[in-house]
Amino acid sequence: MYAIQTENLTKYYSKTRGILNLSLAVEAGDFFGFIGPNGAGKSTTIRSLLGLITPSSGKAMLLGKDVARNREEILQNTGYLPSEALFYPGMRVKEVLKLSADLRKMDCSREAALLCERLELDPSRKAEELSFGNRKKLAIICALQSKPELLILDEPTGGLDPLMQHAFFEILKERNEEGTTIFMSSHILSEIERHCRRAAVIREGELIAQGSVEELAKTSAKRVVIQGDVDLEGLEGIRDLRTMDRSVSFLFNGEIGRLLDRLARGQIQDVSISEPDLEEIFLHYYRKEEEA
Amino acid sequence: MSLLKHELRQGRTAFLIWTGAIALLLVLCIFLFPEMKEEMGEIGQMFSNMGAFSAAFGMDRLNFGTFIGYYAIECGNVLGLGGAFFAALCAVESLSKEERMGTAEFLLTHPVSRRQVVREKLLSVLLRITALNLICYALVLISALLIKETIPWKEINMLHLAYFIMQLEIGAICFGLSAFLRKGAIGAGLGVAVLAYMLNIIANLTKSVEFLKNLTPFGYCDGAEIVSQGRLFPGRMGIGLLISFLCLAAAYWQYGRKDIR
Repeated sequence: MYAIQTENLTKYYSKTRGILNLSLAVEAGDFFGFIGPNGAGKSTTIRSLLGLITPSSGKAMLLGKDVARNREEILQNTGYLPSEALFYPGMRVKEVLKLSADLRKMDCSREAALLCERLELDPSRKAEELSFGNRKKLAIICALQSKPELLILDEPTGGLDPLMQHAFFEILKERNEEGTTIFMSSHILSEIERHCRRAAVIREGELIAQGSVEELAKTSAKRVVIQGDVDLEGLEGIRDLRTMDRSVSFLFNGEIGRLLDRLARGQIQDVSISEPDLEEIFLHYYRKEEEA
Repeated sequence: MSLLKHELRQGRTAFLIWTGAIALLLVLCIFLFPEMKEEMGEIGQMFSNMGAFSAAFGMDRLNFGTFIGYYAIECGNVLGLGGAFFAALCAVESLSKEERMGTAEFLLTHPVSRRQVVREKLLSVLLRITALNLICYALVLISALLIKETIPWKEINMLHLAYFIMQLEIGAICFGLSAFLRKGAIGAGLGVAVLAYMLNIIANLTKSVEFLKNLTPFGYCDGAEIVSQGRLFPGRMGIGLLISFLCLAAAYWQYGRKDIR
């Protein structure tokens, strides 16, 4: 069974493109990453899945049910973490959590207390006085406290310090092992690679790749920056070559052994091989599409 | 009903401030009446002979020297205008504030239908307007007894009922607007209340635009007309009811289909 399934999901805001013919499939129990830069359509997709916006055409199914017809039933079993969490003025953390639980007609006090402890959030504090990171923690607890079957997380780690990110992903891992499906949008590739089993890449509203993270990572190049002189002539897998004085930078998608061999034969002062940023990954996918 | 409780809690401070302010002014006006009554012989004549100004506020048709005449003009304006502003503000903010404050995403990603959101928010507006009117009504009666005035029950009840229905209509119009607006809702709400009030003032000035009384909710809660004619205006109220129904239907329709940004 698919926890999330969309068929040619399209959304236009007047004449502006939101998403185009998006067909996505996330299996139940999966930890799924959804990658794309700002404005690519990640949030539009998520908002369509949650019924916050009505698609122009196409269909979205969550937990085997049509979002357009069974929204409340779906949301009863779905936790959502927005990228920017905003709460009602004058409410304390515990009141926000109680409201969230009440709206689900559930008593989540025990789970909420556990999560507050694990994420180090004081329930007696006023929500409006919390820092961005602490507001994020509150939103995380709101999403998790009811132990939903499906978690939809939009840019979940923004504002969380590394220790909290670790604690957060530990909780997600546990939940995923218990059977919760996790759908996580992010523009941080390493985050997706580290935690997700499968992922999809969205660009300008269209899905350009979907598959296991290993498959996607295999096709992604590395950004290589070299200070010094090295002969790269004839080396296969080089793209986006930029030369400045005595430094050269390029995307490399070839055999790493051959690259290291060339580097060893050159006179180099410094070298860095890093994960390309998202733009470069997209460049990689664009080229791949053009070649196809 | 958790959303209803939440709405009432969120609107508690504004409710207390508005109710307190309106009730205080009403009580103050009533306690000033015995003093005013003594000086009213000459002033009453002056008030009723100020031409268009007297007509606009209905002072040409009422005797300022009687408790009900004084009450319909002074307290009527306080409760009419104050109540209309309160109804406009709490209704126009009701749905629109969720998008303005960015909390719509929080609310609507919980298992609540949009219809339920509209229903419970509408109910909270209704309850707040009703509570304000009941508190003011009770305090008015107590104050009248304290200054040892005989309460003209029929007129007082008619006036309060008319003001209450007027506030419900203003509330319904603003609630309808609230479903369409994301920003500037407060300005729009106050604009509706002021416009409705001014239309009645204009209608009082000249016969040629008297039809405006049928359009504005202030048209059926004009204290001077109610007291001088000793009756309510069911025709105008009927039009108000129809307008309210259309505005609430529009709110349900729009909120059920709108994209939440």
